[in-house]
Amino acid sequence: MLARRYAYRVIGLLVLLAFVAFFGVPMLWLLLAPTKTDFQLANQSPFAFGSLGRWVGTFNHVINYQGQLMLGWLKNSAIYSGGGTALALLAAIPAGYGLALTQFIGRRALLGITLVVMIMPATALVMPLFLEAAAVHLVGTVWAVILPFAFFPFGTYLAYIYFSSSIPKDLLAAARIDGAGEWGVFRHVALPLARPIVALVAFFAFVADWTNYYLPFVMASQSGTPVTVGLQILVSASPRFTPTAAGYAGSEIFGPDLAMATLIAALPILIIFLFAQRMLVKGMLAGATKG
Amino acid sequence: MVVSDERVSARRRRRAGGQRGGLPAGTSRTAGYGFVAIYVVLLLALGVAPAVYAIALALSTSGGVGFSHFVNTFNFFEFAPAFEHVAEFEGIWLVSQTVFVVLLALMVHTLKRRVSVAFRLIFYLPGAMAGSASAVIWLFMYTPSGSPWAFILHGLHYQVLSNTVQPSNLPIIFAIMAFFTGAGGWIVIMYGALNNIPDELIEAAQIDGSSALQTALRIKLPLIRKWIVYMLVLSFAAGSQLFVEPQILAVATNGQVPAQWSPNQLAYYLAFQQDSFNNAAAVSVDLLVIGLLVAVLLVWRGRLFEVE
Repeated sequence: MLARRYAYRVIGLLVLLAFVAFFGVPMLWLLLAPTKTDFQLANQSPFAFGSLGRWVGTFNHVINYQGQLMLGWLKNSAIYSGGGTALALLAAIPAGYGLALTQFIGRRALLGITLVVMIMPATALVMPLFLEAAAVHLVGTVWAVILPFAFFPFGTYLAYIYFSSSIPKDLLAAARIDGAGEWGVFRHVALPLARPIVALVAFFAFVADWTNYYLPFVMASQSGTPVTVGLQILVSASPRFTPTAAGYAGSEIFGPDLAMATLIAALPILIIFLFAQRMLVKGMLAGATKG
Repeated sequence: MVVSDERVSARRRRRAGGQRGGLPAGTSRTAGYGFVAIYVVLLLALGVAPAVYAIALALSTSGGVGFSHFVNTFNFFEFAPAFEHVAEFEGIWLVSQTVFVVLLALMVHTLKRRVSVAFRLIFYLPGAMAGSASAVIWLFMYTPSGSPWAFILHGLHYQVLSNTVQPSNLPIIFAIMAFFTGAGGWIVIMYGALNNIPDELIEAAQIDGSSALQTALRIKLPLIRKWIVYMLVLSFAAGSQLFVEPQILAVATNGQVPAQWSPNQLAYYLAFQQDSFNNAAAVSVDLLVIGLLVAVLLVWRGRLFEVE
């Protein structure tokens, strides 16, 4: 009996460690790859450490590649994600409040539609969105990316849940009795209490926008390329994966460079993730069920 | 514990609200429109309009209205394979993700809190690599020379990247990538859901002689069922949109992975390489309908989202 329980424990631990390797090894590899030369990367142990100097050199090469393309891509990603997140908040927070704490005709219908579009496959709409943007001459401008990002029904739904479960209606009623108008109640009573939900919606919107590939891939101009699409450009500039891509000496993107570029591209989200684990749990658990 | 308390008080609130006709004293009916205005404009312009536009494009034919674009695309030789590819990918991914996420969440939940923090972080961090970042990482993972997984790849007699990403392997290849970035977040969420189970309930079961395994299967699992369904549906929607991973593999393998591997890629190809927006719209509408069916099933049948 005791032996069997012990065996279960050992098996359990082995399973856990196998998954630790599955998730952890690629991340560790990503950190180590830029310390090596392309040759070392392909021929040495994947966990060998090259040199710190090499890591810095790789970093500089990626940043300076083709007139600092990378910095432009990062800037574009920041504009799209920052702009999209700001507008998403501007729309979603008041809408969630309105849906939760005011009455108007069509409120339930609006809630229902929000739920449906929230789970709808968004990329299926990218092509018609492109035609729509073309009709109003927005293709290639930042707005063609920012405006679709601004539409964030999941944010509205999260705000709705927050306001309907966390803000006492009596508090709002008291403010009204004190003579505050509807806007004043929202601005001075509800909004100061809504900081957690603002952070939560901002987290989900920013991560979704930064990692989005398809929408800017279709909408953005060449100078408006975000870092997600930039990574693909680097893959096609890498002789390792695209044999025809060999450029003149010093201009190539080798394996370690590609790993470094990937690390840089994901760094903002990695940093956010490090601090936001609890937010993810809170948001998704709230999203699945309204208390 | 928290959940049930909230539920009770919500019910009470609802009842109280009902007695007052659902309206807090002094609320004007017009104010609501102001609060939702920006959102509604965005919803109409960027959610409803493109959907309607896609449907109109797909249905408009030279002779008026008809299904010829649907029939056309259906007969493309890339059409059926694209949907089969994604169906196969979703099947592999959703089943393995459900099994492993639940298993790992249950296992991590039995660990001491301090230890489990480290495990959860390791599982969850790859989520930051979602999209093209993970696609690039896995290009290296799937390349036998230099890959940390070379021992497995060589065991399968793969010598170069194109061996690994041969057509019959692609659904698994993409399922592994999706699991790598997606599973950790869900493990963390399931762990959170498990934490919401009252300690007394678990203790009572243990006192009644329930083993750890029985407790996990008979008590914990039914209580997180709802979140498992939620994960399945959101993952299904995300999976049906597969685009960036096959796209990057297509670039990296010089077209060995076809650029019309997934339905979304096919729609892109039809629209921007064939200039056939009507046919592209038909494929988009196919995807949309499949996605909507699942969404509607969830909202009305699954009782997952309670719209009060």
